[in-house]
Amino acid sequence: MLESLSNSLQSALSRLRGKGRLSEADVQAAMREVRLALLAADVNVKVVRDFVDRVRERAVGQDVQKSLTPGQQVVKIVYEELTELMGGEQARIQMAAKPPTVVMLVGLQGAGKTTAIAKLGLAFRQHQHRPLLVAADVYRPAAIDQLHVLGKQVDIPVFDMGTDANPVDIVRQGMLEAERQGADVVLVDTAGRLHIDESLMDELDEMKRVIQPHEILLVVDAMTGQDAVHVAETFHQRLGVTGVILTKLDGDARGGAALTVRAVTGCPIKYVGLGEKIEPLEPFHPDRLASRILGMGDVLSLIERAQERIDLDKAKEMEARMRSSSFTLNDFQEMFRQVRNLGPLDQVMKMIPGMNKIKGIENVDLNDKRFIRMDAIISSMTKAEREDPSIMNASRRRRIANGSGTTVRDVNQLLNQFEQTREMMKKMTGMGKRLNRKGAMGALKAMGGLGGLPGLKDLPQIPGGEGAFSGGSEGVGGKSRHHRSKKKRK
Amino acid sequence: MGLFDKFKQGLQKSRSALASRLTNLFGGRKLDESIFEEMEEAFISSDMGVETAMELVESIRTRARKRRIEQADQLPDVMIEAMVEMLNIEGGEMNLQPDGPTLVLVVGVNGAGKTTSIGKLAQYYKSQGKKVLLAAGDTFRAAAIEQLVAWGDRVGVDVVRHSQGADPAAVVFDAIQAGRSRNVDIILCDTAGRLQNKTHLMAELAKIHKVAAREMPGAPHEVLLVLDGTTGQNGMNQAKVFKEVVDVTGIVITKLDGTAKGGIVFPIVHEQQIPVKWVGLGESVDDLQPFDATAFAEAICRP
Repeated sequence: MLESLSNSLQSALSRLRGKGRLSEADVQAAMREVRLALLAADVNVKVVRDFVDRVRERAVGQDVQKSLTPGQQVVKIVYEELTELMGGEQARIQMAAKPPTVVMLVGLQGAGKTTAIAKLGLAFRQHQHRPLLVAADVYRPAAIDQLHVLGKQVDIPVFDMGTDANPVDIVRQGMLEAERQGADVVLVDTAGRLHIDESLMDELDEMKRVIQPHEILLVVDAMTGQDAVHVAETFHQRLGVTGVILTKLDGDARGGAALTVRAVTGCPIKYVGLGEKIEPLEPFHPDRLASRILGMGDVLSLIERAQERIDLDKAKEMEARMRSSSFTLNDFQEMFRQVRNLGPLDQVMKMIPGMNKIKGIENVDLNDKRFIRMDAIISSMTKAEREDPSIMNASRRRRIANGSGTTVRDVNQLLNQFEQTREMMKKMTGMGKRLNRKGAMGALKAMGGLGGLPGLKDLPQIPGGEGAFSGGSEGVGGKSRHHRSKKKRK
Repeated sequence: MGLFDKFKQGLQKSRSALASRLTNLFGGRKLDESIFEEMEEAFISSDMGVETAMELVESIRTRARKRRIEQADQLPDVMIEAMVEMLNIEGGEMNLQPDGPTLVLVVGVNGAGKTTSIGKLAQYYKSQGKKVLLAAGDTFRAAAIEQLVAWGDRVGVDVVRHSQGADPAAVVFDAIQAGRSRNVDIILCDTAGRLQNKTHLMAELAKIHKVAAREMPGAPHEVLLVLDGTTGQNGMNQAKVFKEVVDVTGIVITKLDGTAKGGIVFPIVHEQQIPVKWVGLGESVDDLQPFDATAFAEAICRP
């Protein structure tokens, strides 16, 4: 996500980076490119102007000029201002002192409210809450059906009164229903509407009055252009929006809407939606996104995901076996099952610093289906074959191919990959010891095994985090470390 | 109400936003460089994109110089002219087959308004006395099939459907068979919303296209890309990638009844050479209208 903004900003700043002296013309030229990059990313015209002015003012200041690496300092300023623009610290949902906590989702048509509400429900459930979804979109055909289907998928109850009921009555009854069921979080799906549609806005106002929501979240499509300003402003004026959910960030939109909405309303972005699979919405971390935009990767989010989703015992066990070089196809299978738990591969790759620097990375097809096929191939092997692939002969290969619905070529390919990975594991065990303080880092190491994936193997090795750009860790990286210590585990 | 009025009325909000800026710009001022700078900024905030905005301003500047325009309030005529020239390209008409069904494939990202546009297109063609068939090719999103069926009921046309999770290409295949045997004029195929950077989903779309072409020579006769009017510069990527994969023949731009100006169609038409064919101007069933470049430009420029 957001890679184009990241690329264009990086190229705008790259010329400054190595400079020992900055002339006013240098800064001027860089700022012009920053301006174009932000405009092309759909950041609002006015917001861009203010942003560039602020950065320029700081960049020509005394401190920067006196520092040993003025170019690096400007990058740091851009990073800090970007973080600030997106809201500084991570903003959480306000929970009610006395449950249930009531959250209302509002937004334009097609922003992704109904999908977001199911994902939000899932996020609450992950934290041991008991959500109830209330279907108050009586206008769009089959919107209620959609919420029911999603509710069933994630196993969260849905309350509705059909399409003939008045939305205000629906939410009123929904609150009673929540009490009956003992739900401690009520999530209200509302119909999409244009912000200039007075009668529908009145209806929202009335719903707000009746249920007194603790949060009104505005759902914004990450692909929105300059109009995001009007939408956010109007919803905010009418309803007092308390936060924003940014959806469809898994696309290649540059996400300038995120920057704009926060800047004009002052409402923090609380969650981001990535992908069509119904997975919990991710909390939004401004500092991490800023670092991702500037191409510094997002190792923090990756480690957190790894901690959440990777089975530590298994990882440790596997690691021990890698060291003793008794790495078998069983371990290989386990390894990519664990990696798959981290989420879609293309998302994972983008969190690794320096990945976007690798030439040709955008052409690599990171289709998760390949994992499924590899899984099937290994599952079609006998125990003996998995323990010792060297016994594999032509007839065995044919049987495995038939059993897994693949071809002998696929089977051979997998065996080659396995060999390559095993070789790499042997080489890596030395360096693994250093990296491996944190158990979860084992997962990152396993990512190294991705080198064995078809298509990826022609690429050069992934540069280490500090190689992303030289010297970055002293200025900017230091800042993100600071953030990390501040907000440990919840 | 004439077509033109409807168009104007629907675009009123888009118009008032950009037009009021332009009116402020023009009101009794002499033509100087600052006006062109402000014009450029107004264009950029209509989502036109920096490059196209600069190009359009340049073309307006040249025209103004040629006609020796000195007062700013004479500018709108020139602006309309420049915009219309950019928007009017070959192939703006729908390619309807006189005999045998016309297959229209409707594609786009999530939430652009594909299913709704299909419902409205069905209404439009039905009111013209055509026999229409809908194909529920969005087998992915929860309740998308039900949504299309609801539209079918509302408009009074048949819907070919499978269950959720079925192969969308198979739905299209069945729709073609059904369309032939029922002597249908137009088959409108819905597809699941997909972000253009999802390679596997785009491959699925290519397959749907292939199946249609194999079952019916020349099909799909139209591939319409539905674009949310509030979309920013990402609309360019959408047009580019969808064009590469399924050879888009026209744009449907939706939700222009809000404050969004839909300026993104300028670079799309200009650089990708895909004509705009339909404009969504509101929520009611007959609010999808054939695109008219002059009306669009006039609505934007005239105070």
